[in-house]
Amino acid sequence: MRVPLEWLHQYCRPELSTDSLAQRLTMTGTKVEAIERHGVGELDNFVVGRVVKAEQHPDADRLRVCLVDIGESEPSQIVCGAPNVAAGQTVAVAKPGAVMPDGTKLGKAKLRGVVSNGMILAEDELAIGTDHEGILVLEDDHLVPGSPLENVLTLATDVLEFEITSNRPDCLAVYGIAREAHAATGAELDAPPWSEDPGGGGPVEGVTIEVEDPDLCPRFTARAFDDVKIGPSPPWLKARLTAAGQRPISNVVDITNYVMLLTGQPLHAFDLDRVAGGALTVRRARQGEGVETLDGQTRTLDDQMVLIADADGPTSIAGVMGGARSEVEPGTTRVLMEAATWDGPNIHRTAWALGLQSEASLRFEKQLQPEQTMDAQAVATQLMVEVCGATLNPGTIDVGGDGPRLPTIALRDAHVESLLGAPIPRERSAEILRSLEFEVWLAPEGLDTTPPYFRRGDITREVDVIEEVARLDGLEKLPSTLPSRHGAYGRLTPRQRLRRRAADALVAQGLFESVGWSFAGAEQLRRLRLADAPVVELENPMSAEQATLRVTLLGSLLDAAHRNLAQGAPIVRLFEAGAVFLPDRGEQLPHETYRVAAVLIGDVRHPSWRDADPPKADFFAAKGALEGLLRSLRAPYELEPGAEPFLHPGRAAQINVAGSPIGWIGELHPLVAAEWNIEQTVAAFELDLDAVPVPPTQAYRDVTTFPEVREDLAVVVSEDVPAARVLDTVRRGGAPLLHSAEVFDVYRNPETLGEGNVSLALRLSYRAPDRTLRDEEVAERREAIASALAEELGGRVRAA
Amino acid sequence: MSETLERVAQIRTEAEDAIARAATSDELEQARIKYLGRKAELPNLLRAVAQLPPDERAQTGRTANEARQALDRAIDSRHADLATNELNRRLEQDRIDVTLPADPLPNLGGLHLLTQTRREIEEVFIGLGFDVAEGPEVETVFYNFTALNTPATHPSRQKTDTFYISDQVLLRTHTSPVQIRSMELHPPPLYIIVPGRVYRPDPTDATHAPQFHQIEGLAVDTDVTLGDLKGTLEVFARSVFGEEREIRLRPDFFPFTEPSVEVDVSCFNCTGGFLADGSRCPVCKGDVWIEILGAGMVDPNVFGFVRDNGYDSERIQGFAFGMGVERIAMLKYGVPDLRMFFDNDVRFLEQFG
Repeated sequence: MRVPLEWLHQYCRPELSTDSLAQRLTMTGTKVEAIERHGVGELDNFVVGRVVKAEQHPDADRLRVCLVDIGESEPSQIVCGAPNVAAGQTVAVAKPGAVMPDGTKLGKAKLRGVVSNGMILAEDELAIGTDHEGILVLEDDHLVPGSPLENVLTLATDVLEFEITSNRPDCLAVYGIAREAHAATGAELDAPPWSEDPGGGGPVEGVTIEVEDPDLCPRFTARAFDDVKIGPSPPWLKARLTAAGQRPISNVVDITNYVMLLTGQPLHAFDLDRVAGGALTVRRARQGEGVETLDGQTRTLDDQMVLIADADGPTSIAGVMGGARSEVEPGTTRVLMEAATWDGPNIHRTAWALGLQSEASLRFEKQLQPEQTMDAQAVATQLMVEVCGATLNPGTIDVGGDGPRLPTIALRDAHVESLLGAPIPRERSAEILRSLEFEVWLAPEGLDTTPPYFRRGDITREVDVIEEVARLDGLEKLPSTLPSRHGAYGRLTPRQRLRRRAADALVAQGLFESVGWSFAGAEQLRRLRLADAPVVELENPMSAEQATLRVTLLGSLLDAAHRNLAQGAPIVRLFEAGAVFLPDRGEQLPHETYRVAAVLIGDVRHPSWRDADPPKADFFAAKGALEGLLRSLRAPYELEPGAEPFLHPGRAAQINVAGSPIGWIGELHPLVAAEWNIEQTVAAFELDLDAVPVPPTQAYRDVTTFPEVREDLAVVVSEDVPAARVLDTVRRGGAPLLHSAEVFDVYRNPETLGEGNVSLALRLSYRAPDRTLRDEEVAERREAIASALAEELGGRVRAA
Repeated sequence: MSETLERVAQIRTEAEDAIARAATSDELEQARIKYLGRKAELPNLLRAVAQLPPDERAQTGRTANEARQALDRAIDSRHADLATNELNRRLEQDRIDVTLPADPLPNLGGLHLLTQTRREIEEVFIGLGFDVAEGPEVETVFYNFTALNTPATHPSRQKTDTFYISDQVLLRTHTSPVQIRSMELHPPPLYIIVPGRVYRPDPTDATHAPQFHQIEGLAVDTDVTLGDLKGTLEVFARSVFGEEREIRLRPDFFPFTEPSVEVDVSCFNCTGGFLADGSRCPVCKGDVWIEILGAGMVDPNVFGFVRDNGYDSERIQGFAFGMGVERIAMLKYGVPDLRMFFDNDVRFLEQFG
């Protein structure tokens, strides 16, 4: 909402600088987003002139050389390109030194060899209109040449640009802002422009209105005017519209816009001669019914939309846009001026469904109040008479009347204090509310209050009244206190701590956290060979790449890896933690699980002059990161060969925790990596962190009083026996004294081990919590291990 | 003096000379073998003392023994000297170029700046007695809008402002639905913050993206006031942006709070809007105040949806606030473009590792 300060000042004149006024309004809830200087500068150089002589330029067909009386001893010579310039005209003149609306400074010029001491101005050169067809001719012949142009026209004004919240449609109006300025600054507020209505009530001859759906049209008012002379609006009106951001069109249309900007109530002017039968009906549209709107397009309505029809059918879409058929045109002489109240939600729906937001619909959808229609009619009538020379036909059609009775709302002193944390004296509250045009009475516990009609939608409860009092008394007066909390205390849940710990564990292993998009698309799924995976789809995605929600974190990690490799990063070690979304049949919401995933590409450590060629990240590098993660969560895990469509078939595993699968680990299938232009091995894993149990508190175990016994054992088994099985067998055989067993070497040699065999070197540690182990006890376990290996796996222990 | 004693003295002199001349451990060892080895003359003399005439035995034995001990000491001493010299020489040869690069550090990782910022904010509020609550990112229209008192026609419900999965299911546009979910689960008093990812169909630019992160706050108790909101956010602002910060509340409007306020924090980058060199502060644009979040007292209509769980608006009241994690991180760390958070360029991530 743009409000020219000059216009605001007609109703309220706070003695504050523009900046201070903006600040005060902002701090009381009417936010000024920007202050703009509109119009021209160096106003002393803009004067009234009278053209004494206008002659053809000797060397240019389109230019005239004029002598203009600007109140100085000699007429000034000005070259002018306008076709309509003529001797005797009273015109607006800019002298050298004047600053034009675009900021350029006017100087003396030579046009085709003839000196020009300034300019004779057109409307657009004064920023009071858009007309550039010819110079602006001032109609008043009593103007004295040389007198300041500022006395005739508003040449410049500050314009406040407001961001009005959706609960305050009354502030989408110059007078509404004037009310706020009054309440916020104490400056006097002039009577509203509609306080004197030239019109009166009663029927209007030759016009009938029927409202079939009063629920969607609480009030419909209309007045009829004869002898209308359509033409351009006077400069003052154009100037205000232009400063407020509206393009002047013609006097009747300009009046509807001007009144809307002033009162907040949109109006529509019909050409009464083109309202078939002089009868209008407000009704719901029939499904599929068409209306040709002002912009020449035919709009198709549905049966929830409201239209206005005459005897020949629909003429306009209620509250949204007028129709082409009964539009005011240059030959119009009779006008029916309509001001109506519509159901906000309904207008909102219609405007959005048709893609037709207008200044009118944006106001109506916030719910205007019925009383505002007559405010607007009063002002429009004054202007129709004054500007268009129109005659008002007696009467006003009014279907629906004023709005419902306004409520009385108690404002209890105690509630004010308990909600705000500080009291506001009752007298102060009363003063504030009266300045906002509330009616106020003293009551035992505080005040009884009634909001003004234009706040009917916004003020319905005590808390709404408290807000009014608080914002104008000044929020800066509030104390800074802390809540009493009554026993509440803050902490992370064990699950939240586990999530933090998981991220920290991966960081400790040199991984950077990446934050990717939750969105995915068919293309990503295809590249991951997951094209058939069920996904959650968006109804209104921004692009095909963001049309679904991700089912894996791998896609966004590969995107990040690709970007980093493309910019030359030699090593990529990234992880991501967050939700993935799996459709859940039978449930309204998809299944969201919190996952963590990692990708490792390139050298496991940075090469150096001492270690020029470190190993590349592969399956076991990823396994190391996974193990570091799960160990920090104290979650024992197992891997078993697995398969994912995007993984290398021989280097893929399923991650099991507590016997259940919780994720995958592996090297990416080279063709999948190639989809991201990655040629190197990509090692990765992903697991469902919510499936990792929160570890119980670790109870103390004595591992220092008695020594452990360590020994190495070489075990020969067939190559197809997984190491995990060997360890499992060893652990069971060695129980209960075997404390740990780890593979530290793998050795293959058909000559010494036999074809198809592998030797695993194990590091064993035995301990008992209550004694130092004897050699015989350890030997017994070693033999038990050997026989378990032989019996279960057909393996043997090699001589140490 | 007997012939033997003379010979002992002679050997001693010779040996001491040889020891002193030994320039290496090897030469010293040669000398030791020559003079003190099993076949050497002096030990043989000592072994032969018993065969000497009785009147010579004592003196000869003593003198020869003294000689041998003296030579032992001389060898030890010479040995120590030589070992030191040789070590020194070897160490000298081991000299390195200390300016060569170090071994590469172990890979250093790091949390994303958004996670660091989130944790920092979480910790401030945990310290103030708030729990951390979370909720689903795919939400129902009811929790995201209706129960938050958002009118059926509010523009935020439009498909231009909200991603929909179906008529009743959407991607949450704020973390506020977790207010309702938490109040359904826990009767008052309730003090929570809600960090999480939210979605709006905004084209990506320097300050917008279709996904971003918020932290919601909600405090409901019998006596929580707007002043408490101010004090709480003051603690937050000072913890995150520095002890000298002030905050101010400006009236605003949100459907789910009444009164509603916008909260500004005083600029941490300038004095009065200008930098020391007189240029306009790029952080607050010369305005001194920076808008950081929206807040207010919970609208009684919101409590109406959870009234059965102890939220009777005549007995309890509360405040709520919501802030953007990206915005806080951009302000605090001077990150100029929100897109950097989602590019995951390691060169960016490393700066905050």
